[in-house]
Amino acid sequence: MASKARSVDPGEAVGIIAAQSIGEPGTQMTMRTFHYAGVAEQVPTGLPRLIELVDARKEPKKPLMDVYIKEELSKSEPKVREIAHGLESTLLSSLATIEEDFAQKLIRIAIDEKTISEEQISLDDIKKKIQKLASVSEGEEKNVFVIKPTKTTSLRNIRRLTNKLRSLHIKGIERISRTMIIRNADGTYRIRTGGSNLAAIMKHPSVISEKTYTNDIQEIERVLGVEAARQSLTNELKQVLDMQNLNVDIRHCMLLADAMTMDGKIKSIGRHGLSGEKAGVLARAAFEETIKHLINAAVHAEEDRLIGVTENIIIGQTVPVGTGLVKLKMKM
Amino acid sequence: MLKPAGQKCSVFLNGRLIGFADNGEATLAELREKRRSGVISHQSNFHYNYKTDELYVNTDSGRARRPYIVVENGQSKLIPSLLEQLKNGEMSWEKLIKLGVVEYLDAEEEEDSLIALRDTDLTSEHTHLEIDPVSIVGVSVSVLPYPEYNSSPRITMACAMSKQSLGTYAMNFNMRTDSRSHIMVYPQQPLVQTRPYSILKFAEHAAGQNFVVAITTARGYNMADALVMNRNAVDRGLGRSVFYKTHETEERRYPGGQRDKFEIPPATTHGYREEKAYRHLGEDGIIIPESNVDSKDVLVGKTSPPRFLEELSVFGVTEERKRENSLAVKGGEGGTVDSVLLAESLSGNKLVKCRIRSIKIPEQGDKFASRHGQKGVIGLLLPQEDMPFTKDGIVPDLIINPHAIPSRMTMGHLLEMLGGKAACYTGKFADATAFNGDKEDEFKKTMKENGLDEFGEEVLYDATTGEPMKAKIYIGVIYYQKLHHLVSNKMHVRSRGPVQLLTHQPTEGRAREGGLRFGEMERDCLIGYGASMLLKERLLEESDKTYELVCDKCGSIAIHDHVKNRDYCALCDSTSLHYVEMSYAFKLLLDEIKSLHIFPRLLLRDKA
Repeated sequence: MASKARSVDPGEAVGIIAAQSIGEPGTQMTMRTFHYAGVAEQVPTGLPRLIELVDARKEPKKPLMDVYIKEELSKSEPKVREIAHGLESTLLSSLATIEEDFAQKLIRIAIDEKTISEEQISLDDIKKKIQKLASVSEGEEKNVFVIKPTKTTSLRNIRRLTNKLRSLHIKGIERISRTMIIRNADGTYRIRTGGSNLAAIMKHPSVISEKTYTNDIQEIERVLGVEAARQSLTNELKQVLDMQNLNVDIRHCMLLADAMTMDGKIKSIGRHGLSGEKAGVLARAAFEETIKHLINAAVHAEEDRLIGVTENIIIGQTVPVGTGLVKLKMKM
Repeated sequence: MLKPAGQKCSVFLNGRLIGFADNGEATLAELREKRRSGVISHQSNFHYNYKTDELYVNTDSGRARRPYIVVENGQSKLIPSLLEQLKNGEMSWEKLIKLGVVEYLDAEEEEDSLIALRDTDLTSEHTHLEIDPVSIVGVSVSVLPYPEYNSSPRITMACAMSKQSLGTYAMNFNMRTDSRSHIMVYPQQPLVQTRPYSILKFAEHAAGQNFVVAITTARGYNMADALVMNRNAVDRGLGRSVFYKTHETEERRYPGGQRDKFEIPPATTHGYREEKAYRHLGEDGIIIPESNVDSKDVLVGKTSPPRFLEELSVFGVTEERKRENSLAVKGGEGGTVDSVLLAESLSGNKLVKCRIRSIKIPEQGDKFASRHGQKGVIGLLLPQEDMPFTKDGIVPDLIINPHAIPSRMTMGHLLEMLGGKAACYTGKFADATAFNGDKEDEFKKTMKENGLDEFGEEVLYDATTGEPMKAKIYIGVIYYQKLHHLVSNKMHVRSRGPVQLLTHQPTEGRAREGGLRFGEMERDCLIGYGASMLLKERLLEESDKTYELVCDKCGSIAIHDHVKNRDYCALCDSTSLHYVEMSYAFKLLLDEIKSLHIFPRLLLRDKA
């Protein structure tokens, strides 16, 4: 009964109310954002982050993960630090000096043997990785690889290959650029990573996969599916608003997340997403790119069933919301 | 130093490199000495950048410059003997400049100087002395009393508002024909003045009046910056002003030899107004001075030739029917015709200028402000018999709310009230020049000498009960300005009224008797509330509702043939038509879509 009493009335304009409830404190956030202009931020919070979420960007500006370590290891800081170090992606450019020789049209890779022994990487491993990109011929010395591009030898291609080699991933987990150890409230440690790679981290043997967190919603959708994306979208929205001390009911965030994920993929709010896919021609034309929508509708002989709010306002009828929803079943 | 040692100092004249000096600082000192001794023009300024070792000499136009007293070795060059000569009128400003006692600095040279605000602050480090501490503020602030006692945002507001105050903007206002002008009827000079105020001779065209003000609540009618004003004081002329508005029209000439004519338009004129509108016109069609006109009354009757020459009548004869084109008072205005001027326009046409005057007596909604950013609108005009009074029978002209003070920190307002009160007893103007004004203690002394509370608080008696009020009330005399935001020029209501030709929606703005827009966000609120019927009323019934005939065969909008008195669909000739209620804007949208070569059809169905 209690849940029944709290349920929303039929015809309640939940969308508008959610929009107003998030939008009104949002105006305050705008003012504060400009107020804080110039203060360095590690991760976008507040309005920039909110916009990022609502726009459903392909990748957040600063992707990050929180990695929780299995209990027996998580209590010891050195062990966690060791795991964290193992996660960090090592690129070829940090192990070797890569030089282009445009005269002889070759690339010379001189591996720093001291560094690789510290990192416990063998020359063979590196060689194997490089071979995936290009064929390697041994240089004069043991630690020097020479690459002679065969197919195209234009300077541009050499430069392109060099850049690829520089960012060649050798060890650790791809896209994880750096790690940080954070002490939890219960005395255990967790790892905060810069860069996100959910699939690889979750496979790591010492990681509690179900507790792993990333702020990259699109990646969650790819790895764990749209339901997980929906939940984390809700959490992120609520968290952004809470951080600014804006008291917005979580159900508004839930509705927003539901609307963004309702057809199985993440849609943004705006022209390229939700508003651009509204059912009615008039509603779409009223939003943005009026002429485009009208002409497309004409080409496809579209019919507007006048089911939305906007359409009915345009033609001057009662809107199907609240008191406009109820109809007389029988005329006496 | 940003350049290698041994390199010479670059010298720039008006921004162009002209040469080098061995020692920049020595050259600077020499130049300065020569300017002070009159060898070089006193209009030149020098600036030395020790970081880059560059010397700038500026003699070009357009540099903002300010005068200072020259200080040498911690001693002002304006020595007592010179001051004595100044007092006796034996010394002139030009001579002081020539003597090198006073010099003008520009923004760049100011950077190299250390300027003392007062002569008591002088040390051996100082290079100049401010002539007076007030000179650090501009003209607008310099006439404000005690600005150093107020918070800076309030000073900014006070400056902005004193520019809106009513006074005497020109001494010959009575002979001028400004399209709008507003004159205060009985302006007074403030009891609390500043020295720049008298230098500017502001008292000769003052813009305000000295009000007796009490700071207390008044039946809730002065909450949130409202003011309670003494009705009897208003009746005696407090805060009264005259608003002049000049209308003009000319007899235009048109190609083809036709011209306008000033006359009382004959009743046959196209667009003839009701007879009443012309009642004040003389034989020549021009209004008689001192007649009281109402809104929409005609000031100058004028007829123009028809706009299109070939206006054929039913009988096929071209009928010369003149067009009514009179000059009339706008809606919501009115007053007395102050003067009528006959003249000739630039193009040689007969020109009439007609000035309307209306007396603006303070009423609920008119705006007043003190010179401390304390503004308010009248909330109530209270009869004198209902106003509180002191034991001496002093009744305030104005009651402001105590809540206006603490958060705004306008201590200058309180001090001016005390100063004004003291001035009333001493008969001398109080000096409130920034940084150097009369001190609170002097006013306190005056209060004591006159048997008053030294803090300016007095027992007020509640006029309705005769009982003394429980707290002592701060009461004093302060200068108030009437600002030209008057309700009578702003008030606007509409229930029904004109609509736009294109959209059939209500017009916008007070001048067009327009409606208030029920905008997008307001619309969102009604949707959020679920008030569907109310939303329809706002957006349709009270706006551009129409009934259009729609053909149920092809879905287009049908037409009515007036000649045959028949409704039919112009596209498919069907007569199976239905009236459909819709917004005119939607009908317009359909037309516009058609202009894009898209054919929109309306599918009709019975309403459930």
